Amino acid sequence: MDVRTPHFKDNARGAMADASLQEALTHIRRGFIDKRARAVDALPEFEALRDSSKAIKDHTLAHLDLYLEAFIERAEAAGSVVHIAETAADARDTIIGICREAGAKRITKGKSMISEEIDLNTHLAEAGFVPVETDLGEYIVQLRNETPSHIIAPAVHVTRDRIEQDFREKHRGLDPDRDLSDPKELLAEARTMLRGEYLAADVGLTGANFLIAETGSSVIVTNEGNGDLTQTLAPVHIVLASLDKLVPTLEDASQILRLLGRSATGQDMTVYTTFSTGPRRADDPDGPAACHVVILDNGRSSMLGTDYQDMLRCIRCGACMNHCPVYHEIGGHAYGWVYPGPMGAVLTPALVGVDQGGHLPNASTLCGRCEEVCPMKIPLPGMMRSWRRDEFERHLSPATVRWGLGVWAFFARRPRLYQAATRLAMRILGNLGARRGHLRRLPLAGGWTAERDLPAPAGATFQEQWAERERRR
Amino acid sequence: MSEPRPRVGLFVTCLVDLFRPTVGFAAVKLLEAAGCTVEVPADQTCCGQPAYNSGDNRDARAIAEGVITAFQDHDYVVAPSGSCAGMLKHHYPALFADDPAWEERARAFAAKVHELVSFLTDVRGLTEVESSFAGAVTYHDSCSGLRELGVRQQPRALLRSIDGVKLEEMDNRDACCGFGGTFCVKYPDISSAIVGRKSAAIKATGADTLLAGDLGCLLNMAGKLSREGATIDVRHVAEVLADMHDAAPAIGKPESGSR
Repeated sequence: MDVRTPHFKDNARGAMADASLQEALTHIRRGFIDKRARAVDALPEFEALRDSSKAIKDHTLAHLDLYLEAFIERAEAAGSVVHIAETAADARDTIIGICREAGAKRITKGKSMISEEIDLNTHLAEAGFVPVETDLGEYIVQLRNETPSHIIAPAVHVTRDRIEQDFREKHRGLDPDRDLSDPKELLAEARTMLRGEYLAADVGLTGANFLIAETGSSVIVTNEGNGDLTQTLAPVHIVLASLDKLVPTLEDASQILRLLGRSATGQDMTVYTTFSTGPRRADDPDGPAACHVVILDNGRSSMLGTDYQDMLRCIRCGACMNHCPVYHEIGGHAYGWVYPGPMGAVLTPALVGVDQGGHLPNASTLCGRCEEVCPMKIPLPGMMRSWRRDEFERHLSPATVRWGLGVWAFFARRPRLYQAATRLAMRILGNLGARRGHLRRLPLAGGWTAERDLPAPAGATFQEQWAERERRR
Repeated sequence: MSEPRPRVGLFVTCLVDLFRPTVGFAAVKLLEAAGCTVEVPADQTCCGQPAYNSGDNRDARAIAEGVITAFQDHDYVVAPSGSCAGMLKHHYPALFADDPAWEERARAFAAKVHELVSFLTDVRGLTEVESSFAGAVTYHDSCSGLRELGVRQQPRALLRSIDGVKLEEMDNRDACCGFGGTFCVKYPDISSAIVGRKSAAIKATGADTLLAGDLGCLLNMAGKLSREGATIDVRHVAEVLADMHDAAPAIGKPESGSR
């Protein structure tokens, strides 16, 4: 997927001017926040779970090699074939290879952000396969030829009206007189379209919320059950997951699961939580004949031991973006790559480079609400600041910013000079704004004054007045 | 029996120094009333956040060294800002992580740092203030004060002790106002959209005064409310607590008579 993050400012401006997007975003601004708050308040041990879950992931990351080896051993013992993909291209080649070998044509897909990260659908289509997204949100996004704008609510940027419009356009055979005004009817329509796909699929691909080292299992959580149909009805199941999904034990996964649903949608548990271990065994009533697990690195292992390692604790609940004032205004697409919101602002520079992704850690007020709600206690604002430091040290920040900062710092480091200069500047600014009490326009501050007034300074600085008062004493 | 008066160094903050000296004088008044001796070291400019939050740790560190030195003899360092106090208290030690001698100085310094209102209540035990202020107010929780320093109940408790004050909470009150320091300069249109949402929440309370403990947020919200033609008065909470709301016109408003 192209990285459009360097155009972040334009993307954001477009998003803020998009009335339909702004209407769709109203759900994010309140719904998720209230639901999460209720679920968290109802669980007294939520804070304790955060601490212990953080400890589980920290421990896993400190011994990632061991748990990866253990997972491979157990998964293969259960009959899965495990593939390690160092890069996105490696993962795509592996998956395309598996599909070719299976003589596949149609590939159903459960929701997977890693699939987005490696831009799998584009490459599957180019290789002659037909990928079909089965998560309702992903299905809508695919129908619209878009990408997800949220990691757990892929189509959150689309209003109900637009979805109806898309279905009427793209679903041949849909009765034009059918009433689709109830969202349930839209769901039923999508479901009807998808039923046949599950049965026709040659390969079913899912992501994973966890890879469990002690059993070689993968775990998915869904609310629609689409993941289960995807992975059990096709003859070949491919699990696509990144390295950081590993946890040591079933107990560990079940503990973190108690945080996941609550943090994401305010649910105690998602409707479906599915553990799968290998292909169908002789006495299983159903299941795929073959199971492959593709584990993607794509730069994650090089985050280990750096200032960004904590990001690998992320369980992709989306709470950070649900609570982010910037995400609330611009939605997910403006971020310009796969991962939006605060987690995207930290992860994107790590995966595509800070030279490409540098806008994202800068476009934050560092308000800290994301860290406050992160179930895994990831210090997101601190890491955004680390990216800014890396950017500054590598001379990647814009020249105007560096110049302005340099001039300011020159004075800020010299109190006497600073006070003399600011005394003069504030007198001028104070005079300019005295009549109204504020300035409606100010050279070099056009960004501020375009849609806001600038309250005028009093005229004499505090230090000036204080010195005067001390003299009189 | 008289307890020795603690020696408090006022960290004025650059925005109070430049834009709204009244807040500094209100802080001095409150601290003196709470039994402190207040000094204002002249060797202070800014806490260094513009550099620190732009990744320029070298300049941030140089500024931090100056601040730590300027306040080395004080029992407490108090700032009328959660954002600057958070920087002094939590981020200064981190800046010196590779320099044990300075890190220790930064830690000792950090232990003395407090945000003004929480210092008055939590350290000095203040439970009420005398103020002639009257009206319906809404209080904005500034992010750093709220999340880095736990300032939430303290200003509300003191406000409630004023007979004439009626506190009207705004919707989504823990949401950021969109100021973000350098953020509002680098991404002004996103910042403006965020503060637009905040101003709507403020107006919906029906309060006639907006208070907060951080001048950055206050300038931002006052600027938006002013552009929207709202008549709400915007003030730093210290002005009301110190009974100094007559000392200066509300933020962004002219001296009465001119306009």
